[in-house]
Amino acid sequence: MKIDKYKNRKVVVLSIIVVIILTFIIRLFYLQVITDKYKGFADDNAFLERTIYPSRGLIFDRNGELLVYNEPSYDVMMVMREVKGLDTLALCDILHITKEAFEKRIKDIKNKRLNPGYSSYTPQVLISQLSVEEYGELQEKLFKFPGLYIQPRTLRGYTYQNAANVLGYINEVPKRVVEENDYYKAGDYIGISGIEKQYEELLRGEKGHEILLRNARGRIVGKYADGAYDVKAKTGSDLHLTIDMTLQRYGEFLMQNKLGGIVAIEPTTGEILAAVSAPSYTPSMMVGRKRSENYPILNKDPNRPLLDRCLKGRYAPGSTFKTANALIFLQEKIIHPNTQFGCNMGYHAGKFKLGCHSHRSPLDLSESVQHSCNAYYCHAFRGLLDAPKYGHISTAFEVWKNHVVSLGFGYRLGVDMPSEDRGYIPNSKVYDKVYGKNRWKSLMLVSLSIGQGEVTATPIQIANLAATIANKGYWYTPHFLKSAESADTIFSFEKHIVGIEEQYFDPIIKGMEMAVNATDGGTARVARIDSIVVCGKTGTAQNPHGEDHSIFMAFAPKENPRIAIAVLVENAGFGATWAAPIASLMIEKYLKGEIAPERKFLETRIAEKVIMPKKK
Amino acid sequence: MPSRKTRLYKSIDWPTVICYLLLLIVGVLNIYSADYNPDVVSKGLNRADSQLIWIGISVSLSFVILAIDHRMYHFFSYFIYGALILLLIATIFLSASVKGSHSWLYIGGIRLFQPAEFAKFATALAVARLMSSFDFELKKTRCLVQVLVIMLLPVFIIILQRETGSALVFFSLFLVLYREGMSGIVMLLGLLFVLLFVLVLRFSPFQMAGELGSWGLFSALMLVVLIGIIVLIINGWRKLIFRYVLSSLAIIFLLVFVLNKWTSLDIKYTNVALAISVLSGLCCLLYGFLRQHRIMVIVALFLWGMSAYCYSVNYIFDNVLEYHQQTRIKVLLGLEDDPTGVGYNINQSKIAIGSGGFVGKGFLEGTQTKLEYVPEQVTDFIFCNIGEEFGFLGSVFVLLLYMYFLFRLVKLAERQESPFNRIYGYSVVSIFLFHILVNVGMVVGLMPVIGIPLPFVSYGGSSLLAFTILLFIFIKLDASRS
Repeated sequence: MKIDKYKNRKVVVLSIIVVIILTFIIRLFYLQVITDKYKGFADDNAFLERTIYPSRGLIFDRNGELLVYNEPSYDVMMVMREVKGLDTLALCDILHITKEAFEKRIKDIKNKRLNPGYSSYTPQVLISQLSVEEYGELQEKLFKFPGLYIQPRTLRGYTYQNAANVLGYINEVPKRVVEENDYYKAGDYIGISGIEKQYEELLRGEKGHEILLRNARGRIVGKYADGAYDVKAKTGSDLHLTIDMTLQRYGEFLMQNKLGGIVAIEPTTGEILAAVSAPSYTPSMMVGRKRSENYPILNKDPNRPLLDRCLKGRYAPGSTFKTANALIFLQEKIIHPNTQFGCNMGYHAGKFKLGCHSHRSPLDLSESVQHSCNAYYCHAFRGLLDAPKYGHISTAFEVWKNHVVSLGFGYRLGVDMPSEDRGYIPNSKVYDKVYGKNRWKSLMLVSLSIGQGEVTATPIQIANLAATIANKGYWYTPHFLKSAESADTIFSFEKHIVGIEEQYFDPIIKGMEMAVNATDGGTARVARIDSIVVCGKTGTAQNPHGEDHSIFMAFAPKENPRIAIAVLVENAGFGATWAAPIASLMIEKYLKGEIAPERKFLETRIAEKVIMPKKK
Repeated sequence: MPSRKTRLYKSIDWPTVICYLLLLIVGVLNIYSADYNPDVVSKGLNRADSQLIWIGISVSLSFVILAIDHRMYHFFSYFIYGALILLLIATIFLSASVKGSHSWLYIGGIRLFQPAEFAKFATALAVARLMSSFDFELKKTRCLVQVLVIMLLPVFIIILQRETGSALVFFSLFLVLYREGMSGIVMLLGLLFVLLFVLVLRFSPFQMAGELGSWGLFSALMLVVLIGIIVLIINGWRKLIFRYVLSSLAIIFLLVFVLNKWTSLDIKYTNVALAISVLSGLCCLLYGFLRQHRIMVIVALFLWGMSAYCYSVNYIFDNVLEYHQQTRIKVLLGLEDDPTGVGYNINQSKIAIGSGGFVGKGFLEGTQTKLEYVPEQVTDFIFCNIGEEFGFLGSVFVLLLYMYFLFRLVKLAERQESPFNRIYGYSVVSIFLFHILVNVGMVVGLMPVIGIPLPFVSYGGSSLLAFTILLFIFIKLDASRS
């Protein structure tokens, strides 16, 4: 037997034990008795703050017609702990999903990274937004699936399947927004486009919350302090739009099977009466689960139904732009209303030729508008650029450009929509770059005079030009919101005075009137309405990709105009052919409420016409 | 033979057995509570039921262990150890990966048990057998190597199974070596290694004013120098230290401070500390050789070795430890705050315990340990449930129960005449103590997250069975002491 020399080391061992246990006791005393820090956290866990979602504001048109409302929808919730013997196949059958999709969803729910709040005791969203049929079927068989519940929610419903580009849609809030904005939690809904996005803060209202108590089993046992700390939700504000839904629908009816846009504005206010973009989609395609199926299809469609051509389609304004130029020439005293220029089937300068159609010659200003004479504008535009009073062509060009900009071109108009294209108006630096400083001449720029070349505009900018002419010198920022039903917000839209004197508008208006109404030949006779004096200007925008675009810009009636309109039909040839009759029908519909019987044939002819790009 | 039975009955140490039974009850109650959900009428077994089955198996097994002749344990100790080592190796190949670890033995697709749990008692037996052998002397290098091989072989294999937590348990056997005569300095050095590691890591993000080195490294190096000084003072160099060393240190730092302040020089304080440590080490070494002072040479080696260690801590941390281990340590040291990621477990665990308060919420009334706020709440985090439902009083009761249990085992170990019994007894104490230290330490946020069970309380068949075997072999040995 060895001698145990280290017997006293047992004291060290015992001391280590004591030190460890004592440290733990002190630590526990700190955690459990001294500090309150962790108790607060525990409250967060044991109290359940449940969000009360306000109902989203409704959307009406200018006549008080309900356009967008809330519709009940149903999410399937699953409490994992309570699921017993799930018949996966039967469930997938009802929900119209594949078994793989179902299994992946279950995996995602349980993934702590994707779903940090996961607990097998609390309801998790299995499938969101059941259709009414699916809901009915599942509701009947729900007893077969313990652990599954149906949670009602609200989705957007639409009275008319129109104006998708204006109304926009809502969807689950993107992850990026959740990170940036404290208001939103994953799974909330947010406006993604159109009015829904632009006026999100008005429409959504303010979320409220109620504080509920949970027992040890996670079951809700009641309200905390009888709801003393609850915050009521603030219902979203209802919106009244400037859109006239009857007119909007009529426009969409006329534009069926065509590409292009119609924008109608009330000149005196800037209120947008209709904004038709064709082709479009039906708003309910973007509701709920259908969106995930439809969106990729729409997004890939070569005709681009998701593009709002009214605000974002860039086109050469063509001859409609001549009215703007004429105003500038008058204002800059390059011409006066009686100035005449000759036209020999076009404008000739040396080897250069810019063609025109046959009309009598020479013409004065109003007649040049009536006949849309190219040569007249080439002469006058060169006259402006080369006028000695500016000293240099680039100075002259800047003068011209500033007038064009004041007429609403080249920059965003400021429409109350999430996005808008600014169109394009070059400045003199652009030409310095292309041709070199002092290396460009007025002749090189001559196509700008007839709205071709570098200049592009959106249909709403063209409609705005019509409104400006109708107003004889000013325009209001075109807008969609008429009023919001929340007391503390008043919306006003800016009045823009253009730098052109009122008197100069008369010869232009006269020309536009003659273009539609003159008996000696006008470009837009087809737009004539017996009972209304329509003033209009055709345009044909050269299109590098195919057939010319047909454009027409008009306002009516001549005295106290109530509607200004621009119509653009892609690949439809001359402005007079398709755009002018469409505009005229729109005007008649808006001002008279119905189309005169003798013009019904025109309506039918247009609605039935198919002008779609050939499929490759 | 009724007489033998009565003898056994009388010679069993009942206080230990009662502690064992009490801890089993604490365990099963808390498992039941943590798993409790009255809303679900489950037809299958819940975890408290299966724990009860394992308790039944364990208690039956304890009878078998008590019935076997005590000499068998001594005789078969190497055999058992060898068998377990082979099983451990086999497990690496036969097991499927559970959360990245290959520690469960599978045969024909059925999960059997974790051999690593059983390797603990086997290693304890082998260590006891070796150290109690006639010519074993810890001071002899050969003997030391032998015992270290026995201790560390399972560590190596278990790390290959990627069960780092279980592997660390075997280091607790150093306590046995200490009891049997290993120098206490080894233990202190071990402690110092941990302390320096924590110091460097915890304070390395803190830069001294003017970017003159990190506080972590500086304080660690100065601690090393301080320990060197203390060692010299203890060994009778008081005069030298107080007259020259301290004043020169003060002068050096003052000089560096002045130079940094009023000249364009930027001398890093960490470099100064390193220079002090290395140069004073050199002085000690030369002096020690010239004047034949062994302690001086030791201090020199200590200064150099520890300085090198301090400088390599960051490297070890970044390159030797795995990412999840790094984050667990960072969370513990408060260097990372990640309440939904790695810090989630520990944060929820503290919330659960903290919410228990002084007397707790009452049995089955806990809210945090339900609803799966605390993960692994029936296994590694079972102590949370105790803290939440039984409060400070309940937790302290359980801790004191453990303390009494360990004291009792130490007492039992000390009353053994046979070194084999004593060494085995101390192995049992060390293993239990380590489990309690790491498990409770983790749950209350004083230790990094290392997944090892709380003896007799955590849910799990393998560990319960293995702990029972570990304990009852010792009870049998004690009952049969001559």
